[in-house]
Amino acid sequence: MSTRTIAGKTVQMNDEGFMTNPSEWTREIAAEVAKEEGLPDLNTSHWKVIEFCRSDATSSGKSPTLRRITTATGLSTKEMFALFPKGPAKKVAKISGLGKPEGCV
Amino acid sequence: MKKLLILGAGTAGTMAANRLSRLLDASEWQITIVDQHETHYYQPGYLFIPFGVYGKNDVIKPKRDFMPNGVHLVMSAIEAIEAEQNRVRLANGQTLGYDFLIIATGADIYPKQTPGLGEDEWGKSIQTFYSFEGAVALHEHLKHWPGGRLVLNVVENPIKCPVAPLEFLMLADWFFSEKGMRDKVELIYATPLPGAFTKPKASKMLGHLLTEKGIQVVPEFMIERVDPEAKKIVAYDEQEVSYDLLVSVPLNMGAEVVGKAGLGDELNFVPVDKHTFLSTRFANVFALGDAAAVPASKAGSVAHFAVETFGENFVRYTEGQALKPVFDGHANCFIESGFGKGLLIDFNYDTEPLPGRYPMPGVGPFTLLEESEANHWGKLMFKWMYWHILLKGKELPLPAQMSMVGKWSK
Ligand SMILES: Cc1cc2nc3c(=O)[nH]c(=O)nc-3n(C[C@H](O)[C@H](O)[C@H](O)COP(=O)(O)OP(=O)(O)OC[C@H]3O[C@@H](n4cnc5c(N)ncnc54)[C@H](O)[C@@H]3O)c2cc1C
Repeated sequence: MSTRTIAGKTVQMNDEGFMTNPSEWTREIAAEVAKEEGLPDLNTSHWKVIEFCRSDATSSGKSPTLRRITTATGLSTKEMFALFPKGPAKKVAKISGLGKPEGCV
Repeated sequence: MKKLLILGAGTAGTMAANRLSRLLDASEWQITIVDQHETHYYQPGYLFIPFGVYGKNDVIKPKRDFMPNGVHLVMSAIEAIEAEQNRVRLANGQTLGYDFLIIATGADIYPKQTPGLGEDEWGKSIQTFYSFEGAVALHEHLKHWPGGRLVLNVVENPIKCPVAPLEFLMLADWFFSEKGMRDKVELIYATPLPGAFTKPKASKMLGHLLTEKGIQVVPEFMIERVDPEAKKIVAYDEQEVSYDLLVSVPLNMGAEVVGKAGLGDELNFVPVDKHTFLSTRFANVFALGDAAAVPASKAGSVAHFAVETFGENFVRYTEGQALKPVFDGHANCFIESGFGKGLLIDFNYDTEPLPGRYPMPGVGPFTLLEESEANHWGKLMFKWMYWHILLKGKELPLPAQMSMVGKWSK
């Protein structure tokens, strides 16, 4: 476990670049991480998804699955891939300051 | 008389019926359990059927053999759950009222949810081992399969027994080696997850296994559709993987009747408290086993530990006491790795699978996260334990909550 300073704030982050304490997250951090992930301009659709993931993780304690996101936001899986190319669930979890979606082993 | 109604007489429902019939006073409680099929299927055995290790008869027994005296078994499909009215309507015309309801209708595969998957080639160049019929058909298919690219694809998580796809590929490596045709077979694992293993300790300990066995991993593959003519699977990001034989783990979903009742999430799994299994919507409804939307593995061993902690908690609750947060997500799974060897993993909600030794009175210790012959025998012994101990709701000589004894956490 290490720390990193992003958007002027020092946060805890694991080796794979996922924040480990969701309460350290800010919108400025999201914008910065998104830039690193190849998304320099977050639009309202991106934010809608990020906000859903943040609030869903607060109640469930984990990053939502892609299906959970599409069901809740009304976006299709195709649209999610357009918004967050290559592994949308993982990418949005990273931008939203949440843990990596995981399997059991 | 107070009425307890259990929906589904699979692994979890049967264990709950057995355990609760012992814990609840028979003069005060009437326990009823409903299922649509007479036959109980030992689903972990589906893994071995394609390779001829088990036959049909190893995995089926009549459900009635496992029902305790005094529990009323009704054979019928469940048509509607009316939780507001505390009643359930069955396809046979009966309506059953209840004071407490346990939903244990499990999870099933839905190949039709992926375009091109459950169509004309289903059962031919596209197979599965995630159903009884599928496992038997795949066994027939493999008998005469000339070799080629075998692609195993998991459509989406969660799935029942998340390690079964890896086990299938490791057994396939062994099976084709035994047949003297391993050089004619490519084994490919296309998974929506970031890798075959995602937990740090397991990745470190087990990552080499797949390389050694010549199993290629295609990570982050989110399938959009199958092109059965061109024999390829296509992902949402346009990535394509071609196959000669596609072994699919189709979308797993909870029972449709749960969804129709408005009791399910986006996959028809029932949202419940992850420590007590109480529905988040109804104070007299619980969900056990694969039907429950909890972040634990959908596995028989999890259902066993869940039911063991649930029993006394439920009794306490019916006596007006608060439920205790007793279930810790404990899972304990033997993983078959081929050539007469196996692995064992033991973990819960908070602790990832760790290496070390797992003590088991009489037979253990078993090695954790490391191949051994003893673990293979553990896996085969699991079938005996399932039929003779687990289903009958008897206690194993193991604690229901995970223990750190023997584990190395550093
Ligand atoms: C290939 C494979 C390998 C596995 N390997 C392992 C393993 O190695 N170890 C392990 O621990 N677990 C393993 N599992 C998982 C294990 O089998 C399940 O987790 C377990 O059976 C779940 O029990 P359950 O009672 O929740 O569901 P089930 O046992 O599936 O029971 C559900 C019951 O509900 C009934 N039902 C559903 N809908 C209706 C309806 N509308 N009307 C009437 N009845 C209905 C069904 O007929 C069924 O009897 C494996 C599963 C598969 C598929």
